[in-house]
Amino acid sequence: MKTAITFAAGCVLASGALADTPVLTVYAADYIASEWGPGPKIEEMFEETCGCDLQFSPGDLMPRLLLEGGRTEADVVMGLNSDVTKKARESGLFAPHGVDLSPLTLPVAWEDDIFLPYDYSATAFIYDTTRLPNPPESFEALLEADDDISIVIQDPRSSISGLATVLWVEKVFGDRAQEAWGKLAPKILTSTKTWSESYGLFTDGEADMVMSYVASPAYHIIAEGDRTKKAAIFPEGHYFMVQLAAKIASTDQPELADDFMQFVLSEPFQTMIATGDWSFPAALPQEKWPEGFKELQIPETVLFYSEDEAADLRDKAIEAWRAALSQ
Amino acid sequence: MTIWQGRGPAVVAGLAVAGLTLGPVAAVLWRAEGLGAPGPADWLAVRFTLMQALLSAGLSVLLAIPVARALARRRFRGRGALVALMGAPFILPVIVAVLGLLSVFGRSGVLNDGLGLLGLPSVKIYGLQGVLVAHVFYNLPLAVRLLLQAWLAIPSERFRLAASLGLTPMAMFRTLEWPMLLRIVPGAFAVIFVICLSSFAVALALGGGPRATTVELAIYQAVRFDFDLGRAALLSVIQLVLALCAGLVALKLGTGAGFGAGLDRAQQRWDGSAVLDAAWLALAALFLMLPLGMVVLKGLPGLALLGAGTWQAAGNSIAVALASTVLCIGWALPLATRRGEMIGILGIALSPLVLGTGLFLIVRPFVNPLSVALPVTVLVNALVSLPFALRILRPEAEAVRHDYARLSQALGLTPLAWLRLVLLPRLRRPLGFAAGLTAALSMGDLGVIALFADPDRATLPLQVYRLMGAYRMEAASGAALLLLVLSFGAFWIFDRGGRVNVDA
Repeated sequence: MKTAITFAAGCVLASGALADTPVLTVYAADYIASEWGPGPKIEEMFEETCGCDLQFSPGDLMPRLLLEGGRTEADVVMGLNSDVTKKARESGLFAPHGVDLSPLTLPVAWEDDIFLPYDYSATAFIYDTTRLPNPPESFEALLEADDDISIVIQDPRSSISGLATVLWVEKVFGDRAQEAWGKLAPKILTSTKTWSESYGLFTDGEADMVMSYVASPAYHIIAEGDRTKKAAIFPEGHYFMVQLAAKIASTDQPELADDFMQFVLSEPFQTMIATGDWSFPAALPQEKWPEGFKELQIPETVLFYSEDEAADLRDKAIEAWRAALSQ
Repeated sequence: MTIWQGRGPAVVAGLAVAGLTLGPVAAVLWRAEGLGAPGPADWLAVRFTLMQALLSAGLSVLLAIPVARALARRRFRGRGALVALMGAPFILPVIVAVLGLLSVFGRSGVLNDGLGLLGLPSVKIYGLQGVLVAHVFYNLPLAVRLLLQAWLAIPSERFRLAASLGLTPMAMFRTLEWPMLLRIVPGAFAVIFVICLSSFAVALALGGGPRATTVELAIYQAVRFDFDLGRAALLSVIQLVLALCAGLVALKLGTGAGFGAGLDRAQQRWDGSAVLDAAWLALAALFLMLPLGMVVLKGLPGLALLGAGTWQAAGNSIAVALASTVLCIGWALPLATRRGEMIGILGIALSPLVLGTGLFLIVRPFVNPLSVALPVTVLVNALVSLPFALRILRPEAEAVRHDYARLSQALGLTPLAWLRLVLLPRLRRPLGFAAGLTAALSMGDLGVIALFADPDRATLPLQVYRLMGAYRMEAASGAALLLLVLSFGAFWIFDRGGRVNVDA
């Protein structure tokens, strides 16, 4: 009987404590919240100090936020990409992050007061040194390379890395973009809906090269001890891709949300995110990167469109890809 | 007055389907404040979608005829396994099927390796041919099973009579099999046509890129990237109209009476070339089993890498699949009529993305969508499986009503007794097949969950995608194999249950 009473009292106390704990709701892209993404670690680390309950809510980020509008339960979002922020900004759903941007170590200047970068990478063709011992040394050389080289890419209409690819080609070749795609066309086996299918085809040996990220080889080095996967580095430059967090204006936990935004650029978060998201930390000097990342070849030139430019050029860049590959 | 065909349940079931499909479209339209306008690229997508769906459905059904015929008239060891296998490809998650197919037909696949060894030139899969191969791989088994079921529903007494009258194989085909095909083929064609209408990832990957742009891709782009709900709604209405046209044509064509009641004896046949039948069966088995075999082979090493999360997800998937199956069969029984099937086809005619978005808009003012992730999945899986269940159940249900309704009326059976004594026992075989297919589909279906994902209650397909997204391709292959085994297991158990004590 006594134990029952104690147990009941414990339950009451526990639920009381639970009710008092503020909840920080983080909308995140699915790969972040998944057990193989950085989500679980982020939750653990932030909850150590915040005295709160961080809850991830995975799924389609922008469609969901736009559907919910000002009535969203989100306090913070993670996993937005710079090429789609224009629409996000115009929605007016976000508040300034209020974080000092001086610790940023990005290869591009970043002064956005709404969207806060937490990691970045750049587009690159990944190849396997056992199958392609002499990869093309420039983008131009790739265009002229033997048509026997097989490449898989992602569809820019359904995949964010696919969109970055067409913007990359647009930035490098400008008015020659369609011509460039025309030269790539015989080498491109297929364009897939998502990055996962492309990468799966590459690791299965179906394609020699896959459109992915400069940081991709880090996974193979660190998790598999495999050094045969490399990024082909081109002197023309690589298109910058950045992952962003933002605070929701209508949050009912403004202090917690602010704390979270500060946490994102803190050293513990930045040290963890490299192997959590397999990307470069946004605010961590190179000497503090994990070992596998220090081995990576880093492009010297990074290409980037502002969100207005990206929004203006998007349709043209996709059309160049579509027209050339539809023939 | 036929109490056995009481309208009440049918009306309720029909309204539920219409509400669950048209409701979400209406919600999306309301939110978008009107339909968008299609661009020239959209019409190109419509054209390609129509062409590939017509060709895919046509090929699947055409090739299914000799295979189903061979299965119907031959008895051999392993026949049961082959019939069961016919459920397997249909349930593979898209991403797994793509990789499985390409490891056979791709540039460095088994097929080209084999051709290379023989000194023959390699074949290129990417293009319309690839789309067709993939869609036939998915749908040939379904077509075979639908036709096989109709073949076996011809009472064996008719074949005995035909044999004793000394009918030539040609005459036997004309008098018995041709009328059956005329009745069954349009419905099978329609249901496969409608599935292929909303193909997206498979068509894109095997079609080689933008040449294989389907309407579903345009919908995805409109929802995910442009947030142009008006355009998404418009495109999904176009898709719905195409599907309904196919349904109407099939209904118009697929008429005619069955062969009446028989004594349920096992069919015996004395016609046909055993060699030709064996060739068709071997080809079909090889075509289906090679990609599946690759999925199994690639998945085996990955099985050891699966963590607790994946096994828990497997448990969730099983629970979802069982619940969906119960719901779907209960839903399908009152709708197993011509009109019911017409309404039921709405379930696969609507873009999953629009369905998900619409449901989200409807549910959202009342509850937190995360908290209903699994119930919504169950409901949508049942809805999406309904057209298949109906296609399987309807011909037999109609035949039972046609053959036994008057007798039952004369005996004064209550509706419950009719269900228990006549309808359900006589529908056992199609019920088992329908339940198996629903269970398997629900295990594999990801469909609309994107907006409803719950971090703590993932299903197995979601887990496969998450593993791949985190570079863990080997573990993902393992999870895919687990999914294949579970789906196939669920299919086999139900299907087998329906065939116990039945000579099929």
